Amino acid sequence: MSGLKLPAGEVAFYEKAIRKARRKRKIYKYGIVAGTVICAIFAILFLLPTILTVTNSFMSSSEINANYGAVFQTTDTGGKVFISKTVNLKFIPDMVSFDQYITVLFKSPEYLVKFWNSVFYVGPILIVQLMIAMLASYGFARYRGRVREVIFFLYIIMMLMPYQVTLVPNYLVSSWLGILDTRWAIWLPGFFSPFAVYLLTKFIRRIPTEVMEAASIDGASEWQIFSQICVPLCKSGLISIGILVFIDYWNMVEQPLILLSNDELHPLSVFLSKINAHEISLAFAVAVIYLVPPLLIFLYGEEYLIEGISYQGGLKG
Amino acid sequence: MEKLKNVSDKVSEMAEKVNRNLRRNAAGQTDKAPKMHRGMKINRNTKKTVRETCVSWGFLMPSLMGVMTFFVLPFCVVVFYALVNNPIQKEFVGLFNFERVFTNNAFRQAAYNTFKFSIIAVPLSVILSLFLAVVMESGIPFKSQFRSFFLSPMMVPIASIVLIWQVLFHFNGIINVIGMSFGGPKIDWLKSDKAQIVIVVLFLWKNLGYNMILFMAALSSVPKDLLEVARLESATDAQIFWTIKMRYLSSTILFVTIMSLINSFKVFREIYLMTGDYPYKTLYMMQHFMNNTFASVDYQKLSASAILMAMVIIVLMLIMFVTENRYGKDIEG
Repeated sequence: MSGLKLPAGEVAFYEKAIRKARRKRKIYKYGIVAGTVICAIFAILFLLPTILTVTNSFMSSSEINANYGAVFQTTDTGGKVFISKTVNLKFIPDMVSFDQYITVLFKSPEYLVKFWNSVFYVGPILIVQLMIAMLASYGFARYRGRVREVIFFLYIIMMLMPYQVTLVPNYLVSSWLGILDTRWAIWLPGFFSPFAVYLLTKFIRRIPTEVMEAASIDGASEWQIFSQICVPLCKSGLISIGILVFIDYWNMVEQPLILLSNDELHPLSVFLSKINAHEISLAFAVAVIYLVPPLLIFLYGEEYLIEGISYQGGLKG
Repeated sequence: MEKLKNVSDKVSEMAEKVNRNLRRNAAGQTDKAPKMHRGMKINRNTKKTVRETCVSWGFLMPSLMGVMTFFVLPFCVVVFYALVNNPIQKEFVGLFNFERVFTNNAFRQAAYNTFKFSIIAVPLSVILSLFLAVVMESGIPFKSQFRSFFLSPMMVPIASIVLIWQVLFHFNGIINVIGMSFGGPKIDWLKSDKAQIVIVVLFLWKNLGYNMILFMAALSSVPKDLLEVARLESATDAQIFWTIKMRYLSSTILFVTIMSLINSFKVFREIYLMTGDYPYKTLYMMQHFMNNTFASVDYQKLSASAILMAMVIIVLMLIMFVTENRYGKDIEG
C-alpha cells in the first residue's frame, strides 16, 4: 500500500482543495434548501387569496356575514346573526353549502345574463384581434423599413397609453360612428388593439428568417408562407398572447363604464364590483364562477402559455 | 522547397478558378455572358423589393386602419383639444390649458402619486422577479409546480381580487387581526398613508409570476459554454451573474419594464373598484383625475393632462430604448 507517496506539501495542497470543494457543495446544498423555502413561502402567499375565495364560496350566507360583516357592514340577513367585531380568518366552512351557487345560477338570472355579456365581448375580440394582429405582425416582422420601424414604435406608444388618455376622443369617435351604447363600441377598439401586434411581432422576429426564405426560393407565395409556415410556427405565441388578451378583456372596467350607459350591456366584471358592497354573501360564489373560465384556459394552455411567454421576452426584436 | 511552394500556389489557383466557375454555375450564370445577366438581376431585385413593400403594407393595412381610427386619430384630437379654449368656439389659446392644469392641486397630487407608484412598483417587480427566477433556476425541486403557483394570480379576475383585498386590508380585516395578535398597531390600510403599500403588494402579487417566467427563459438561454469557460477561469458566481448573465438579460429587462409599466397603469382598475371615485389622497391616481374631469365635462383640462402623461411615457420609453441599445448591442440574438 505504499505505492503512492507524495511530498508533505502536496498532500496538504490536495487536502485543502478537497475541503474547499466539500464546503462549496455544502453551501450549494444549503442554498437549494433556502431557495426551496423562499419559493414555498412565496407560493403560499400567492395561492392564499385564491384558496380563500374558493373555500368561502361554500359557506352559507349567514356564516359569511358572521365572518365578514365587520368589513362590509351587512346586517340585513333577516335572522339574528352574530357579527364579530373583526374578521374571522376561516378556510374551512362550518358546513359546506351550495346555497350561494344555487342562488346565483338559478334564482337570479341577472348574473348569468352578465356572464354571457362578458363572453360575448371577449370571444369576438379575442378571435378578430388575433387575426388582425397576426397579419400586421407578419408585415412588421418580415420586412423592415424606416417607415415601418417608426410605425412600430408608434404602436408601442399607443399600447402604453392608459385608457384615460384617449378617453374623450374615443367617446367622440364612437358617437360619430353611431356605435355608442352598443356592443360595437367595445368590440371595434378591441379588434384593433396594438397590444397583440407588439407581442406577436416580437414572437415572429425570433423565427429564423431562413425558414421563410427557403420557402420563398421554393416558389411559395407570400400568402402561402404566411398561412402555412408562419402561423403554425406561432401556435404557442398565439395561445399565450390570446390568454393575455382574454384576461385583459375579461376584466375590463373602464370601457363599459364610459361607453355603455345601458346597464344591461355591462359585463360581469363591472356588475360584480357593484355587487360586492351589498350582497357580500353571494360575492364569493360569483367570484368563483367568474374565475372558472380563466382557470380552465390556464390549466389547458399552461404549457403553451409558458412557452409563449418565454419566447416573447426573447432576445433582440 | 521553392518548387513545392510553386506547385502549391498553382494548385490553389486552379482550385479557385474551378470554385468560381462552380459558384457561377450554381447561381445560374455562365462565363460567357455575365454582363447581361447582372443587369437583369438588378432589375429583378428592384421589382422584387417593390413587390415586397406592397405585400408587407398589405399585411399591415387592416390593423393600421383600425389603429389610426381608434388610437392615433383620438390622440390627435386630444392634442387639438388641449390647444383650444372650448370644443364649440375652437379658439387657439396656446399653452393656457397646460397652465391651468399645472396650477391645479388635484392634478399635482395625482401626478405625484402615479409617478411615485410607478417608480416604486416597476423596479421592485423587476428586481423581485429576477431574484425569484434566479432562485428557481438554481436547481430547486418542484420547479414546475412553483411556476404554476406563481403564475396563478394572473388568472384571478379583478372582482375576486378586489373582494379578497378588502377582506385582507380592511380596518377590521385579516391583516390587522393577525398583526394585532402579535401586538402590532391597528392600521386602516386603505385610508392612511400606508395605502400605497397595499397597492404595491397587489401589483407585485399579480405580476411577479409573469415577469419571473420571462426572466427564467432568458436565464436558460445564456450560452452554457460561456458560463463553463468563466467557471474554468475561476470566476465567482457574482462575477458570472453581473458580467455575463446581466448582459444577456438586458433586452428581457427592457421588455419586463415595458410590461410592468403597462400593468402599473392598469392597477387603477383595482384601486377604482376598491375605493371609488375619490379615494384616500395617496391613492388618487392620474386616471382618477382624468375620470373626474371627464365627469365634469372639462375636456380641455383632461386633454392637457393626457398629453402631459403621454409625453412622460414617450420620454421614458426613448430613454429605455437608447440605454438598451447601448448596453446590449454586442450580443447576438
